[in-house]
Amino acid sequence: MSEKKLMKGNEAIAEAAIRGGCRYFFGYPITPQNEIPEYMSWRLYEVGGSFVQSESEVAAINMVYGAAGAGARAMTSSSSPGISLKQEGISYIAGAEIPCVIVNMVRSGPGLGGIQPCQGDYFQAVKGGGHGDYKMLVFAPSTVQEAVDIIYTAFDKAEKYRIPVMILGDGMLGQIMEAVTLPEMIDVTKLPKHSWAADGTGVGEKRRIINSLYIQPDVLEEMNKKLYARYAEMSANEVKVETYKCDDAEIVITAYGSVARIAKSSVDILREKGVKAGLVRPVTVYPFPSETYLALAKKDCVKKFVCAELSMGQMIEDVKLATNMLKPVEFYGRSGGNVMSPEDIVDFVLKEGK
Amino acid sequence: MAVVFKKTKMLTDAHFHYCPGCTHGIAHRLVAEVLEEIGAEGHVVGIAPVGCAVFAYDYFNCDMMEAAHGRAPAVATGVKRTNPDNIVFAYQGDGDLASIGMAEIVHAATRGEKITVIFINNAIYGMTGGQMAPTTLIGQKTTTSIYGRDPAINGNPIRVCELLATLDGPSYIERVSLQDVKHVVAAKKAIKKAFTHQIEGKGFSLVEILSTCPTNWKMSPEQALNYVAEDMQKLFPLGVFKEIK
Amino acid sequence: MEKIIIAGFGGQGVLSLGQFIAYAAMYENKAVTWLPSYGPEMRGGTANCSVVVDDVAVASPVIAVPDCLIAMNKPSLDKFVNSVRPGGLILVNSSLISDKVERTDVKVLYIDANKIAHSIGNDKAANIIVLGAYIKHSGLFDKEVMVKTIQKVFAAKPKVIPSNIAALEAGWALE
Repeated sequence: MSEKKLMKGNEAIAEAAIRGGCRYFFGYPITPQNEIPEYMSWRLYEVGGSFVQSESEVAAINMVYGAAGAGARAMTSSSSPGISLKQEGISYIAGAEIPCVIVNMVRSGPGLGGIQPCQGDYFQAVKGGGHGDYKMLVFAPSTVQEAVDIIYTAFDKAEKYRIPVMILGDGMLGQIMEAVTLPEMIDVTKLPKHSWAADGTGVGEKRRIINSLYIQPDVLEEMNKKLYARYAEMSANEVKVETYKCDDAEIVITAYGSVARIAKSSVDILREKGVKAGLVRPVTVYPFPSETYLALAKKDCVKKFVCAELSMGQMIEDVKLATNMLKPVEFYGRSGGNVMSPEDIVDFVLKEGK
Repeated sequence: MAVVFKKTKMLTDAHFHYCPGCTHGIAHRLVAEVLEEIGAEGHVVGIAPVGCAVFAYDYFNCDMMEAAHGRAPAVATGVKRTNPDNIVFAYQGDGDLASIGMAEIVHAATRGEKITVIFINNAIYGMTGGQMAPTTLIGQKTTTSIYGRDPAINGNPIRVCELLATLDGPSYIERVSLQDVKHVVAAKKAIKKAFTHQIEGKGFSLVEILSTCPTNWKMSPEQALNYVAEDMQKLFPLGVFKEIK
Repeated sequence: MEKIIIAGFGGQGVLSLGQFIAYAAMYENKAVTWLPSYGPEMRGGTANCSVVVDDVAVASPVIAVPDCLIAMNKPSLDKFVNSVRPGGLILVNSSLISDKVERTDVKVLYIDANKIAHSIGNDKAANIIVLGAYIKHSGLFDKEVMVKTIQKVFAAKPKVIPSNIAALEAGWALE
């Protein structure tokens, strides 16, 4: 195991992506994710890859389309307004069955919004922000180490299902520094070649066509069914969730990403005060860990759920669906770039009654 | 007592947020003074960009709109078409105009939209912390070209005035500098001429202003002004590139 | 667990002060988070960072009630002075802050950091002076741990190591 390094979330993500085989990065400056393209600009050069600072986010995602469509491990990163611009390209990538990795270090919105941490892009990430029927595998890491471990294998997942994988972080995850253990550099020369990739060698009937245009309704319907069968397979295999002190919990706090670690402290403070609190933390926000929520909702000891988000309330809709509304689900949120403290969540839980 | 200097009424009293030695403040003042001199008050709309000048809407004392990154010329087009008698200007930086907004600026120019674009070229992304801009000089170090811009890796810089001057839509295109008092005076003349072209309905007008970014260039304000005068002008010569009489 | 907020003007080295604590914690095999404020003003604005050091994995990196506040300028003291827990520690850079802390339930140290930094010939090291005083009075790390941290962090710039260690010693020596 290699030595621990103190790294910023953004830089650690960039390094771990490279160690996981990423050799192509396309991006455009936007706060608070600038350390990713900055790191990639020199580090990819060192490892024999390629970095392009594109003229726009629209161009960046289409460069990913090209590189990944040619079979390379390609990635882009941005923050909310830039991710909105990429949505068209992400839809095309999903439709053309191209594996790639996209990082969104979410900032506050709507519109130009602000640059502080936020979770207002949840709907966009998990419901499909672009047009048409498609899904992504969406991870919401809570710590820098978890982000490193997730992005290291993100290309494997993307290639397994031929889908875009999104890392849904926020300004806090991007800017925070923590000690991380970095995984080994994989040997990219040993990565399998993809039969579908337009690597230039196809001739005649063996040509590979990277495309999302299907003019015949029946053909496109079949294509959509094929995609959804793959999403179902992904949902069966890839759900990841952490529970904390839920065994006897009466109040189940739920949160994802950076907020989940804040909420974890809230659980500890509440326990010290004699309140039986627990935490459910989805690591994948799509597919959503619905079964974990339903099982908890069915437990007699669980009185209610409290969903904490840096938004006006987005994941709470999935929590309500997952729990079948068997127990009340309350919402505590901050937005605009304001971040709650552990004590804020504690106060909410105590004030709203147990 | 005689008043020898008075702040133009086309600027608000808000304090600029710009770094010490940045020339955005001078450019703002020149544009605002020209707006006052041409009697634009009450029938002028400005479009602010994304980048360091993102808060320009706080500073210009007129109706302002904030555009998405790079889209100011498109927004300005909509504003001008709706009220053709209004004076409409877009204020854009080099990343905004020449990178993400290249499509919008080229098409607004070639359509001959009767708008005036103030183009601040400081050869770097300021707001996001010093990344390479489309106008970054060869050899110039930025946070995404840490060994200096290398054409083989990073591509070549873009000369916006020369490029747009090939189009038929623009009526006035000039590049100026803010390196010293003499050039500041000349810059104001150019800005006034550009707005005059708009008022006379001649076509699209643009003034490129060579500007400083001491913070991200990692220079003192004085060094930065010298960099504009000596280094930037080798790549970006001053002058009028298009003028329809 | 130790929760520290370090705040001041951009350019006073408040972020790097926090990073030294974070590096030392990592070298001591402790868990640590370093969370900076970030904003559009590149310099001259206010900056702060929150550092949490713990024996087990850090949950919240966001601090509402710090154990220690390091205030390098007056706006920072005003902003955070009332958030420090009773019994906590406040380090005040008295070179830039003439106010006295009115609270009586906290320990307060006034450090003429800029003047001391100037007297040892390193005007940039006011933050390291405060760091030296902080680790001594908090008991978080031995001096030797921070000396080694400075040596490791500046390994690529060996020239600056002696003056920073001198600043650390000067801060450590403050009563």
